[in-house]
Amino acid sequence: MSAIEFKDVCRTFRRDGKDLLILDRINLTVADKEFVAIVGPSGCGKTTCMRMAAGLEFPSTGTVSVSGKQVIEPGPDRAVVFQQFALFPWKSVHENIDFGLRAKGLPETERQKIIAHYIGLMNLKGYESAFPHQLSGGMQQRVAIARAYALDPEALLMDEPFGALDAQTRVVMQEELVKLARKNPRTVLFITHAVEEAVYLADRVVIMTSRPGKVKEILDIKSVRETENWDQHQKIEDVMDLASFVHLRSRIWKSLREEHAGDH
Amino acid sequence: MSLARPMTDRERFALTCVGTLGFFCVWYLAAFFQFAPAKFLPMPHEVASKLVQLCGQPFAGAILPEHLLASLKRYAMGFGLAAVIGVPLGLLMGRFRWLDRVVSPVFDSLRFIAPVAWVPFAALWFGTGIGGPTLIIFAGAFPPCLINSYRGAKSVEVKYLEAAAMLGIGSYRTITEVLFPAAVPSIIAGLRIGAGLGWMSLVGAELIVANSGMGYMIVKGQSAIATDIVMAGMIAIGAVGVAIDVALRKLEARLLRHRQEN
Repeated sequence: MSAIEFKDVCRTFRRDGKDLLILDRINLTVADKEFVAIVGPSGCGKTTCMRMAAGLEFPSTGTVSVSGKQVIEPGPDRAVVFQQFALFPWKSVHENIDFGLRAKGLPETERQKIIAHYIGLMNLKGYESAFPHQLSGGMQQRVAIARAYALDPEALLMDEPFGALDAQTRVVMQEELVKLARKNPRTVLFITHAVEEAVYLADRVVIMTSRPGKVKEILDIKSVRETENWDQHQKIEDVMDLASFVHLRSRIWKSLREEHAGDH
Repeated sequence: MSLARPMTDRERFALTCVGTLGFFCVWYLAAFFQFAPAKFLPMPHEVASKLVQLCGQPFAGAILPEHLLASLKRYAMGFGLAAVIGVPLGLLMGRFRWLDRVVSPVFDSLRFIAPVAWVPFAALWFGTGIGGPTLIIFAGAFPPCLINSYRGAKSVEVKYLEAAAMLGIGSYRTITEVLFPAAVPSIIAGLRIGAGLGWMSLVGAELIVANSGMGYMIVKGQSAIATDIVMAGMIAIGAVGVAIDVALRKLEARLLRHRQEN
C-alpha cells in the first residue's frame, strides 16, 4: 500500500483578487518506507505539497491521503521537521522530545526509553536538559529530527530541514540522516532545492516545474545506488565523486535549468 | 549623551543622586519662598519625621503599617482577581476566535471608563466592605492583564502552533504549554501595568469607600489640615508602588531565564 498519495491535487491562492494556480494536478505516490525527495525551483509549490501532507494546508481540488486516510488535520502520524526547527524555546531537549509522547499518552517508562534511544541515535547525549538557544543550529535540528522520529509516525515530512544550516553542518547532518534512514527505514517526503542532497538521500527524486508546479519527471535513484553500492562509502564527498552520482546530479540540474530558463 | 560608551555604575549612581537632590532642593526652595502657606507645604524633613512617627502613633484609628496592611489586603484581592481572570481569559480569547467575538465588544466599551467612575456603584453595592475597593482596583488592573495576555497569545509564532498541532497536542496543553509560555513576556508586561494602575486606583477607592487604609489616612489628614500626614502617606504609597514593580521585574527575570528566541 502506498503511504502518501497525492491524487489530482491542485492548489490556488487568491492574490490581488485573482486566483493564482500554484500546483497543477499533482499525482504522486510515495511507497511504504520509501524516501522521496522533491526538488524544484523556488515558488514551485514543493513546500505546499509537504504542508498538505502534514494537514497544515489543504488542496483546492483533489485529495492527499496518508496510509489510505484522507488528510484533514495535522497529527503525530505525520511528523514534520521544519526548516526553522520550531523547537519550543521554553522546553529543554528532553521536554521537547517528550511533549508529543506525552500527548500520545505513553507511560513514563516507555517514554524515557524512546527518548534515550533517539538522544543516543542523534548524538545528543549530555544535552538532555539544555535549552534550544544553548545549542548550535545543527544540534537544534537533530533535536527536531529526534522529536519527529520519536513519534513513530507513518510518514516523516521534512521541509528543507538543512536549509538553515551552514555548509559543513549540513554535510554532517546529511550523512547522519542517511545512516538513520537506512537503519530505520521510514516513509519520508523530503523537500529541498539542493540537488546533491536529494540524490544523496532519496530513493526517488521528483522534479517539479516552475509555477504552476507540476510533476516534471521522477528519477529512480535507489536502483542506481544499490547497483553501484553507494552505501559502502561513509563520506558524502566520496559518493558525490562517483560517476553514477555525477550523472544523476547533472541530469536533474539540466532538468531544473530548463525551468529557470522560463523565469524572467 | 554619547551612544558609543555605556555608562558606568558610578556615573549612573551620580546621576540618580543629582535627580533626587534636585527634587529636594526644589521642594525646600518652594517651602522656603512660601509657594504655599507653611501649613500647606511642609518641609521634607518634617514629612520624614512624621513618617517615622506615624509608624508608632496611631492616626485615623491605626498606625501607618496597619493602614498599609489594610490597603495591601484590598489590593491583593482586586489585583489578584484581575490577574486570575484576565490572564486566562486573554489566552483563551487569543486561542478561540468565537470567544474573542463574544467578549471583545463588551470589554472594549467598558475599558475606557476610569476606575474611579465605579466609585458610586462600589459604595452603593458594597458600602465600606472589601467589595467596593476590590471592584475599583479590579477595574483599574483588569484591562491591561487581559489585553496583554490576549496580544501575547495572538502574536505567538505560527511555527510553534504548527509544531504543537503536528505533535498531536490537545487544546488544553497547547494553551498551558505553548501559548502561555510564549505569551509570558507580554503577560508580565500586562501584570506590571495592571499592578501600577491597580495600586493607583486603590488610593482613589479608599479616599471614598473605606474606613482604613492609606487613602483613608490621607483623607483624614487632609480634613485635619495635617499636610505632613498627607505627604507621608503619599510617600509610603509611592514606595510600595516601586516595591511592587521591582518584585514583578524580579519575577520576570526569573521566568525569562531560558528565553532567547532561536
